[in-house]
Amino acid sequence: MTLETPAPIDRVSMGPSEASLGVRALRTVRSTPPIFLILLALLLAIYSQAPTYNFVSIFKNGAALAILAAGELFVIVSGEFDLSVGSLITVVVTMSATIANGDPSSTPMVFAVMIVLGVVVGVVNGFIVTRLHVPSFVATLGMMLILVGAVNYITGGTPLGNLPANFRMFGRDAINNFPVLGTLPNSIVVLFVTGLLLYWLLQRSNFGKRIYAVGGNSRAADLAGIDVAGTKTLAFVVSALSAVVAGILLGGYAGVSVNVGNGYEFQAISAAVIGGAALTGGRGTVAAAIAGGLTMQALFALLNVLGYPPELRDTVEGVIVIGAVAYGSYQLRNAK
Amino acid sequence: MTDLTSLQPKTRLVLIGRKILRAGSAPIFVVLGVIYLLASIVVSVANEGTLLSIDALESVLSRSVGLGIVAMGQTCVLIVGSIDLSVSYLISVSATYSSAIMNDDPNKMALGVVVVLAIGALVGLANGLVITKLRVNPFVATLGMSFILSGVLNASFQDYSGAVPDQFQYLAYGYFGPILVPFILLGGVVAAVWILLRYTTMGHHMYAVGGSEEVARLSGIKSHRVIIAAHVICALTAVVTGLYLAARIKSGAPWIGPDGNYSLESIAAVVLGGTALSGGRGGVWGTLAGVMILFVLDTSFNSLQVDEFLQNVARGVIIIGAVAVYTYRINKRRR
Repeated sequence: MTLETPAPIDRVSMGPSEASLGVRALRTVRSTPPIFLILLALLLAIYSQAPTYNFVSIFKNGAALAILAAGELFVIVSGEFDLSVGSLITVVVTMSATIANGDPSSTPMVFAVMIVLGVVVGVVNGFIVTRLHVPSFVATLGMMLILVGAVNYITGGTPLGNLPANFRMFGRDAINNFPVLGTLPNSIVVLFVTGLLLYWLLQRSNFGKRIYAVGGNSRAADLAGIDVAGTKTLAFVVSALSAVVAGILLGGYAGVSVNVGNGYEFQAISAAVIGGAALTGGRGTVAAAIAGGLTMQALFALLNVLGYPPELRDTVEGVIVIGAVAYGSYQLRNAK
Repeated sequence: MTDLTSLQPKTRLVLIGRKILRAGSAPIFVVLGVIYLLASIVVSVANEGTLLSIDALESVLSRSVGLGIVAMGQTCVLIVGSIDLSVSYLISVSATYSSAIMNDDPNKMALGVVVVLAIGALVGLANGLVITKLRVNPFVATLGMSFILSGVLNASFQDYSGAVPDQFQYLAYGYFGPILVPFILLGGVVAAVWILLRYTTMGHHMYAVGGSEEVARLSGIKSHRVIIAAHVICALTAVVTGLYLAARIKSGAPWIGPDGNYSLESIAAVVLGGTALSGGRGGVWGTLAGVMILFVLDTSFNSLQVDEFLQNVARGVIIIGAVAVYTYRINKRRR
């Protein structure tokens, strides 16, 4: 098994491997989630069309979505939805601009405020879902309306203030003189660090194991003594915090507007889903969700290179999302 | 069972009253009444106007009728335990393609309507087939469909496309006797879906499949067909909403569906009316009440000239609150 260790539930014993190298290679390919092959194929396709394409830009621009998808994955694996992340991104970007108003010394305080805000939104989502027993689709949809309304009410539709340079550097600037690549955008560093942290949380820590257990079968998890409500609430907090990080990156390179986060909730869910996460819960990996987010960006780049109208990205994305899930459910049925 | 007709008039009335109160959608009408009363008081005190003045009514009419029609289709989809996130873009497809085909020519009105209805039926069929045959989660299947439609739409149209002839605008502005045609349109769709759910075999099968697809299938119901039918009905109501919006603004534009956020708003209206997201429960009257609650909120906020954005906050709170009450009641009954 490679670095994408599948969910504990998926771990099928393969028996002692005495198979030939070819068979083993084939097995490795077949056990690799298809998203990595799709991403590789897209990158190769871009390379074949435009060998000089700036591949780093795909990772730089896709970092926010990839982080968001990995955070959303926690909620999805626990068997719920989080539709509030897109509006939370908007809140983070516009409120940071309003509070900071260009003052660089305020940035640490702004970050702290936004992290607290993320925790609050996550806890409230979790409370409504686990204590009031409102389906997460409705609960987070309501949260989305509340956040969008609040941000528009406070800013009056046009955000005030601007983000200081030391806030924007995370999404906009790069480390110069980096070996091999030349420059390494800060957002890729953020993606790498956040990705590792989320990987450890979901696939290595006890908290992660509880999330898989709760999403796989919440009744069984409850009977096994797992705090289902607490685990789900923490998953919502992780998702909200990933939206805060994504918002900080987007504020850096996309600028300040009241619709900066529009549609990101569905993009994040799609990215997690094409990475093999099941919306019924219990299945999915961080690396595959990140690859899902980067795939969307690579798709955009490929259509650009091929000269198709960028609007068609949505269509191709739709086909891939449906195709990936259809393939996944086909595989699951065959495995049974 | 007591024979209602053999009882004294007063007792009969009480019994009927109890029956109505026990019906699934009754509480939401009580909530609607309370919200309406509160809103009227606040509006009349603050603004010295009446809640349902013609101006205020006019300004939110478009949204409510359009939302009401598509919410009826969404009700069917949620009852079978599915969901449809593609209606926003289908509404845009319907509005843009119909007005592009009609292109201000009265002779092409029928053609335009038939073509977009056919597109709608195909989209609904595709949704249903992907969900039942490819076993893709309905959320993903219809989200994928909305991406597909959005790409095609935005690649084909950048701006208002074509125009509907003046005669077609009768659908949005005409009067049939004393009644505005949009209300008749909405009433017709409500009645059709109500009859379907209440009196037809297909309707009863929808509740059965939503309650438990496994049990329904083992009882001999062709559950796939039922789910596909619900999606086709929902897609057709989205097309009707698109036609109505095209008639109202005289021309279709690719952004009218997503800007109105019809997918999520229609789902919100349906769950506000007590239809469960898990399927098997609910109906048109609850949905109608849900749409009317959103309508009263819109109207009162508009006539109070409170910041329109606070509306969203109020909506969010009311939707979460309503569903929390429903699940609380259901859990209490189960205990």
